[in-house]
This record gives sequence, structure tokens and C-alpha cells, in this order.
Amino acid sequence: MSIDKDKVKHISKLARISLDNKKISSLSKDLSSIIKFVEKLNELNTNTTKPLTSIINASLKPRKDEIKDGKIRDQILKNSPEKNEEFFVVPKVLE
Amino acid sequence: MSNLSNYSLSDLVKGIKKKDFSSEEITKTFIRNSENSTKLNTYITKCFDKALISSKNFDKKKDFTGLLPGIPIAVKDLFCTKNVKTTAGSKILHNFIPTYESTVTKKLWSEGAFLLGKLNCDEFAMGSSNETSFFGNVTNPLGDKLVPGGSSGGSASALAANLTPVSIGTDTGGSIRQPASFTGTVGLKPTYGRCSRWGIVAFASSLDQAGPMTKTVEDCALMLQAISGYDPKDSTSVDIKVDSYNSNLTDKVKGLKIGIPKEYRVENMPPEIDVLWKNGMNYLRDAGAIVKNISLPHTVYALPTYYIVAPAEASSNLARYDGVKYGHRSKGNSLIEMYENTRSEGFGDEVKRRILIGTYVLSSGYYDAYYLKAQKVRQLIKNDFDKAFKDVDAILTPSTPSAAFKMGDKKDDPISMYLNDIFTVPVNLAGLPAISVPSGHDKNKLPIGLQIIGKPFDEQTILNLSLAIQKRANFKRNIKVWWE
Repeated sequence: MSIDKDKVKHISKLARISLDNKKISSLSKDLSSIIKFVEKLNELNTNTTKPLTSIINASLKPRKDEIKDGKIRDQILKNSPEKNEEFFVVPKVLE
Repeated sequence: MSNLSNYSLSDLVKGIKKKDFSSEEITKTFIRNSENSTKLNTYITKCFDKALISSKNFDKKKDFTGLLPGIPIAVKDLFCTKNVKTTAGSKILHNFIPTYESTVTKKLWSEGAFLLGKLNCDEFAMGSSNETSFFGNVTNPLGDKLVPGGSSGGSASALAANLTPVSIGTDTGGSIRQPASFTGTVGLKPTYGRCSRWGIVAFASSLDQAGPMTKTVEDCALMLQAISGYDPKDSTSVDIKVDSYNSNLTDKVKGLKIGIPKEYRVENMPPEIDVLWKNGMNYLRDAGAIVKNISLPHTVYALPTYYIVAPAEASSNLARYDGVKYGHRSKGNSLIEMYENTRSEGFGDEVKRRILIGTYVLSSGYYDAYYLKAQKVRQLIKNDFDKAFKDVDAILTPSTPSAAFKMGDKKDDPISMYLNDIFTVPVNLAGLPAISVPSGHDKNKLPIGLQIIGKPFDEQTILNLSLAIQKRANFKRNIKVWWE
């Protein structure tokens, strides 16, 4: 299946990435060739195959839900592009 | 005294313990080399001043209890390092300073090592030539304009150029083994779950593993021992005993059965690769191993499977980069517009391609046709290996279908770039351990490596087989310093 420009626009909307028209054209070409490449899998009949869900045989080991490295709010906030006291600031959401 | 930067890690550790030289002397040597390596563009962040202080502190109070006493180490910039900028080679993280340390690097420091710097890599580890980094291409010390491979290209290049005694990288589809092959170094991807992924910038969580990049097999064993083990912070790390890989290391491999998968003989492979492979079989026969033909019938489907599974996981993992809590932020009139502009400006072309492919294969109406199909084929690929390992102890293949190529050669054709990983990707899909060991040269005198694939958690066997090859191949890197 080819990925036309409308489909690229739709996916980029879902992925929250803005694209100009030039980029949409080049991506339509690239993504179509990648999808064509992966469609090789259609040669295989997998009707009776169960999908792989985990690569390790061991069961996942639960641990206690404890805070071990808390109390670093201010350090974390330092990485924020915009903050106000102890809050992250984003563009206005509600009018 | 000959130049300390030529020493293997094992010899540096021995020398430090015997007090032949100090940590400060070693550290100064690697700092000097690193400062003169601008043309290779291996470093994103240099921590030379801090490293020098750490070395002096070590010398004042020598502590030989760890595996890596007084050793400076530069690591791939995909490992979060506390209070040291961690970029993943991306603009979107160009100013990110982690508040925590990755488990794997923490383990290195607890063994006596300290951080020398953060090394360049493909953006979010997506690439096979180190041409997708926001911080520019890395050059292979084997030749100007030659790629070092990727995504751990900075680590491979820095190691081969004697800028760091060892390094660590990450491997999602070949990102340790392919650059190791391209630079004549040793690179090991451990079994999925052998090392903690905590604190490593995530690309594809069911495939990612950290692993050592070293000059010799002995060094590789030592480093693997240092970084392995269960971590409560990564529930996919597995709680089984870590072997003393280094002290158990032996080239006595008599009687081991080695599988040669016929599907790895691909079209247009340079004849030197075939010769290298045959040499590898002969080295192992000489060491007493039994070489036999095997079949991994779904090999040809591994790359198409990978290019569904890896982008799908990446599109989910990279959803967190939204310009709110950390990293780059672009302007936008609304919240959504801010997200869209941030991600458009913050991600490079290859990362965008993969996020979009991943979004597409997971999107409503396409999930069954692509993602679910790929997970079924992934099971078939794993079954191939499970079946093969009933007959053999390890599998021998070339690491890559060619030696290092020129910058720009494959940059504009994603598929031809992806084909680089044809021999390495199946291993990640099946969660197995594999190593690339430098074993010969192509007609242009560029290094090429052999890959040995092992059973789950049987890193010891592939290290032993690698040692047997290392002793017989008599490989020389032959790097002349041209970049200073």
C-alpha cells in the first residue's frame, strides 16, 4: 500500500508533528517505500501463529512501590522550558 | 613507557594495581588524545576537568576492590548521567540534564571507573552510520569521510582512536555490533534482560540492550561482568546469577557445536566477507569445535519485521517529548500547535520517518495488518533460533554485509541504509546475546567482523569462542593518527 500525501498529513496529525508541503511529499515517497518493504511479510501464512508477547521466559518480578529518590522537585523543574513557581507552564488551554 | 592509550583495559587495570602508573597518568593521556580529536567529532559533552579530579582522588586513596579501579570511560550519550547533559544526539534533548544516573553507568562508577565524557550517536539511536545526529557526523578513524557505523558510532570511533580505553553503547538492531565491525573493535549485545535498561533513553523497549565496546575479548568479558545484573528499577531485567565472565574466560572450545546458517549468504555480498566467514569456521575447527550447517528459514523476514516493531515502539516511547517538562520547546498559539512545532523542529528526518511509520502501523485499521502480523513473524524468527539451539551451542555469521562505507553513500535511501543491519537484527528480535569480533579486512584494508550468536544468558560461550578466534585471526587495527 502506498502512503499518499493525505495519509501522511493524517498520520503526522496523530503523531503531533507539523510538516510543510515539501516535507509531506518527500515523506510520502519514503514511507511508501518502507511500507512496501515491510509488506514482504504478507508472503507468510500466519493464521495459526500466536503473536510474540514477551521475549523473556522469566516472569516479571514485582517490587515494593516505595519512593527512594524523591524530594527533587526543584531539580526536575530546572529542566522545564517554562515554569512558574512549582508548576510547568503551557500555552492557555481553556478560554 | 609506551603510550598508555594503546593499552587494553585489562593491562591498564593490571598496571594500576601494580602501581606501574597512576590513574592520573592514564586519564591525562586519554584527555590529551580526546582534545586533539575534534575532526572525528566523537564527543558531545566533555567531562575532562571532573575526570582529572576523580583520577587524583583515586590516586590519593587507591581502592582496588572494584573491577575498574581508576579507569576513565566515555559512554554513549544515550545513558542518563546525573547532572551531566544527556542529549541522545537530538535537538529535542539538547539541554536536558538528568536528575538521576542510569543503572549501567552507576555500576561502572561503583567498580571504580569515572566519566570521561558523553559520546555522539545517531539521533535516539536510529541510524547505521552516525549521520543522523543533531551534533553532526562522526568520522571513522580508519579514514576521512568514512562512517564509523551506528548508532553507537561515537563510542566505536572514540575507542578505535584511543580516546577512551573502553566504551559502552546500546544495541536495538545492531547498534553495537555493526560499528564494532566497521572500526575493528569488539562489541557485545547481551541477552535481553541481562543488563538494566533503567536510565537509558528508550528507543524500542523490547529490543534495546546496553553492552560493552572494547579493544579485546578479555576487556569485553570484564566490562560485561561490571554492567550485568538484575535491577528492581527494570522489571524486564532478569534475576539470574552473573558469571565471572573474565575469570571463566577460556579458548578451550573443543567439542562445541557451531551452526552456519545458509540464509546468511546474501546476494551481492563482497567475496571478502565469504572468505572471512570461511576463515572463522577454520579458526573454530582448529580450536576443536564442530562446524555444521543449519537453517534459520525466516531470516529474510527479520528486517521487515524489525521495521514494523521498532518504529511502533519508538512512536510510543518518543511521545513523551512534548516541550513541557524538559528539552526543546517551540512557540505555538495553542497547546497542540506548541506540541506540533516542538516535535517538528526538535526531531530530525530519520526520527520523524520512524515515528510516522510507527504511528501508521499502530493506527486504527492497520494494526492487525502490520503490527500484529509482525509480532507473529517475530515468534517464527524466535522459533527458528530455538530449534537451531537444540542442535548447536552457538551460531557463526558475518557481522555486516560490507565494511565501512563513505559518508553520504546511503543517507538518502532509507532501505539501503536499513540493509546494513541484515545480520544483526534477527538477534534483537529473538532477544539473544551476540558479539562482533574483528577478524579480517576487505580489499580496501578496512576491518570486518564475525558475529557469534549464543543461547539466552550464555554470554560465556560466545566470549570463549571469540577468544579462540581472536587468538587465531591475529587481527591488527593498523590505525595511523591523521586527525590530530
